[in-house]
Amino acid sequence: MSDTVLQVRDLAVSFRTDRGWVPSVDSVNFALKGREALGIVGESGSGKSVTALSLLRLHDPRNTAITGEVLWQKRDILAMGTRDLQRLRGREIAMVFQDPIHTLNPVLTIADQIGESLRIHQGLTGKAARRRAIELLDQVRIPDAARRVDDYPHRLSGGQRQRVMIAIAIACQPKLLIADEPTTALDVTVQAQIMELLRQLRQDLGMAVILISHDLGLVSEFADRVMVMYAGQPVELSPAEPLFERPLHPYSEGLLAAIPDLDSDLDRLPTIPGAIPEPTRRPPGCRFAPRCSYALESCRSQALPMLVAADGRAARCTRHIPERQVSDV
Amino acid sequence: MSDPLVSIRHLSRSFDIGSGRSRQVLKAVEDVSFHINRGETLGLVGESGSGKSTIGKMLVGSLPPSSGEMEILGQTITAGSGRRDWRRLRERVQFVFQDPHAALNPRMRVGQSIAEPLEIQGKLSRAERVARVADLMDLVGLPPSWTERFPHEFSGGQRQRIVIARALALNPEFVICDEAVASLDVSMQAQIINLLKDLQDRLGLSYLFIAHDLAVVRAASHRIAVLYAGQVVETAPRSDLFRTPLHPYTRALLDAVPRARRRGERPPVLGGEVPSLLNKPKGCNFSTRCPLANDHCRRVEPALRSFGPRQVACHFAGEGGDAISAA
Repeated sequence: MSDTVLQVRDLAVSFRTDRGWVPSVDSVNFALKGREALGIVGESGSGKSVTALSLLRLHDPRNTAITGEVLWQKRDILAMGTRDLQRLRGREIAMVFQDPIHTLNPVLTIADQIGESLRIHQGLTGKAARRRAIELLDQVRIPDAARRVDDYPHRLSGGQRQRVMIAIAIACQPKLLIADEPTTALDVTVQAQIMELLRQLRQDLGMAVILISHDLGLVSEFADRVMVMYAGQPVELSPAEPLFERPLHPYSEGLLAAIPDLDSDLDRLPTIPGAIPEPTRRPPGCRFAPRCSYALESCRSQALPMLVAADGRAARCTRHIPERQVSDV
Repeated sequence: MSDPLVSIRHLSRSFDIGSGRSRQVLKAVEDVSFHINRGETLGLVGESGSGKSTIGKMLVGSLPPSSGEMEILGQTITAGSGRRDWRRLRERVQFVFQDPHAALNPRMRVGQSIAEPLEIQGKLSRAERVARVADLMDLVGLPPSWTERFPHEFSGGQRQRIVIARALALNPEFVICDEAVASLDVSMQAQIINLLKDLQDRLGLSYLFIAHDLAVVRAASHRIAVLYAGQVVETAPRSDLFRTPLHPYTRALLDAVPRARRRGERPPVLGGEVPSLLNKPKGCNFSTRCPLANDHCRRVEPALRSFGPRQVACHFAGEGGDAISAA
């Protein structure tokens, strides 16, 4: 691993709604090294996608308040001017989303859409752009790239559309790829192909990757480190392997247990009682306490920072990390 | 063994696409046969284009079959069946779909939504209906006092409970669940699957459980049928299917599921995509992606053959012997 490329400090995001400003995400702290793969997992409402979009300031600025720091190679993205930000997006940090049918323009050919990025960021036009577009389609393993480059998106399958989105994302050889649920809309055999492709590209291009997913299995097979989020906060940050072997936070533990296991015939699945609280109804103290079977009286009143264990793993819970140590990850 | 509750025989459904010279036939479901016993859950699993939802629609009567027959609770349904044939089944067959947001009227109190089928049936008095709704709420694990609330006041998992309560209002014998937990988070999925099992034990229900998620299907079903490109490629009791998949597609599907606790190396990734239903390959539908396929597979379509409690549509099944003799 190399040096830290991304450092997120005290990131917090609120949205303006009919009922005033509603806090969505807070207390997000993490660092990412070059070439590292970080997974962010959580259920709906955990704040994982809001966090990812905030890193590139992709929320509507009129209705969003973001505080904290997002340091990309020591420059704060949150404080950057619009021109610098636009130069950064797509060139140094690229993003892939869940739904390739809504992110591709239906009336432009694949060549046009890849070409747009090449023209804006690299000044490539005409034959040179076309040649590079075909090269990129080859790189994302679209068969018969020289012909498919003139197709419109509706001619492609869901998996191929996501390959095109990835081609656009890697067009400028970014140093960081943020992939937000990149395979959620796809069939499981196609998902396996796309994850294999991302793994290969990460290696070939030496990119760092942030993978956002609700699927713990998917993340565990891809990421070096994993951040688990619950009700708008990270609750655990750990290298992938020990997280799945021995989760430190009761929510991570419950989430792991609730995944139906492909290797056993359980007649009843373990569940986590209750549901994630709405952002306006988050309890004081630990946000997971009302659903936690280990909760103590103090958990209900006292909110905790991330605590760091001796091995560097961190969790927002005293169950396995008794010492009060504030995270400085 | 008693007669199956539901028997599907050589069921097919195709759709005409376009007209005149550009007319094409899309074969969504082709020659599918399976049965469901009383008190049993049959899982129907497949990727997009496998035909699983088309089969579900035919079983609830919202889409007539092109050919073949379905025997549901003693009533035979064919391509020519009309409203009269379905009338006997309306109360006894119910369904639960994927999206509990779309299934409930947002302006109707949930108690009203649950009571609606009872009102249409017209057998109970108003007071009896109120009592029945309270019982149904209790049955699905919701406080009966919540009947005056509106759908937006409930979480996704709770809304799916309400949809289940409504499906059970008329005491059905057979319930079709089409991706019933697909839009829910994992912790909610587990709660709903457990609920469906409890209800099965208490009420003797039989389910067809349609889903794309193998782990969910395994947790919910007794027996599983795997579909590929409109055809059944394998049926087996769940533990047999997961322990010793006999069809190469079943194997590939199991391998493709990401696992938090995988032991050993990740298996190789299956290439290619599901063939177009407008232009299926000759021979075996899976031959275009199958690592075992030979010329015979590409020429001759494999029949679904029985091996004990299992059925497989693969020329290689029974040849290698290992998996079969173990079963």
